[in-house]
Amino acid sequence: MNIDTHPRGAELTFRFSGEIDHHGARNAIGEIGGKIEFFRPHICCIDMKEVTFMDSSGIAVVLCAFNKMRELDGRVQIINTPDQARRVLDAAGLDRLVTIAV
Amino acid sequence: MKAENYISLEFPSKSANEAFARGAVACFAAQLDPTLEELGDIKTAVSEAVTNCIVHAYPKEIGKIWLKAFILNGNKLKITVKDKGVGISDIEQAKTPMFTTGGQERSGMGFTIMESFMDGLKIKSVPGGGTVVHMTKTISIRAAKGRK
Ligand SMILES: Nc1ncnc2c1ncn2[C@@H]1O[C@H](COP(=O)(O)OP(=O)(O)OP(=O)(O)O)[C@@H](O)[C@H]1O
Ligand SMILES: [Mg+2]
Repeated sequence: MNIDTHPRGAELTFRFSGEIDHHGARNAIGEIGGKIEFFRPHICCIDMKEVTFMDSSGIAVVLCAFNKMRELDGRVQIINTPDQARRVLDAAGLDRLVTIAV
Repeated sequence: MKAENYISLEFPSKSANEAFARGAVACFAAQLDPTLEELGDIKTAVSEAVTNCIVHAYPKEIGKIWLKAFILNGNKLKITVKDKGVGISDIEQAKTPMFTTGGQERSGMGFTIMESFMDGLKIKSVPGGGTVVHMTKTISIRAAKGRK
């Protein structure tokens, strides 16, 4: 998996691409946690357009962003969510914590 | 039940093999003509089971993982994932959503995902001896499903 970071005003966008599994996501939590602490945005947007696969390792990544943004009184939204990733996010009940858009 | 076709794989518990394992089962399952959604569910469930062996069963060493997939009764897929790692002492607790011994990098949702994406999930484990996860999924017949 790869992460591109795009800070713009109060919004910080992470563009995820590739396969988000334990192997691919091993540095992701540290990376996005550090970026959120550095930019301190109001909204953290995760763009999943280029994600080709995601398992529960992706849930931990989204939960990390959620917890960091809650400390900042901000929120997380996920956009361009592919069907397979959506099913994993829904199975974990993450739709109750973050906004998930197709 | 006699298997009409099967695959049997053995590989070391290296995280680079996660993608190989789910990809291999997806390729094998393709002969059942699953929908994209069914195929995605199978890949995800295999990824969860294999990742558990890599992360939990062999936390400090590289051990062996045995992965098998069978086709039964024309449209039923059975998958077993086996390790000889540390084992699970309390299986009910391990299956509880959000229960994890893996820290903040894990969410404790692996078994919940396997259970909801597959039709059947059985876990057998011996503490200190290893774990076997059995999963089954019946693939819907082509004519009966709205193709994507
Ligand atoms: N093959 C295994 N060997 C030993 N322990 C295991 C094995 N599989 C699972 N476990 C135990 O069961 C717990 C729950 O597993 P589960 O897959 O549901 O969640 P997780 O792996 O902790 O997190 P996630 O799968 O969401 O990344 C694990 O934390 C671990 O303690
Ligand atoms: Mg797991």
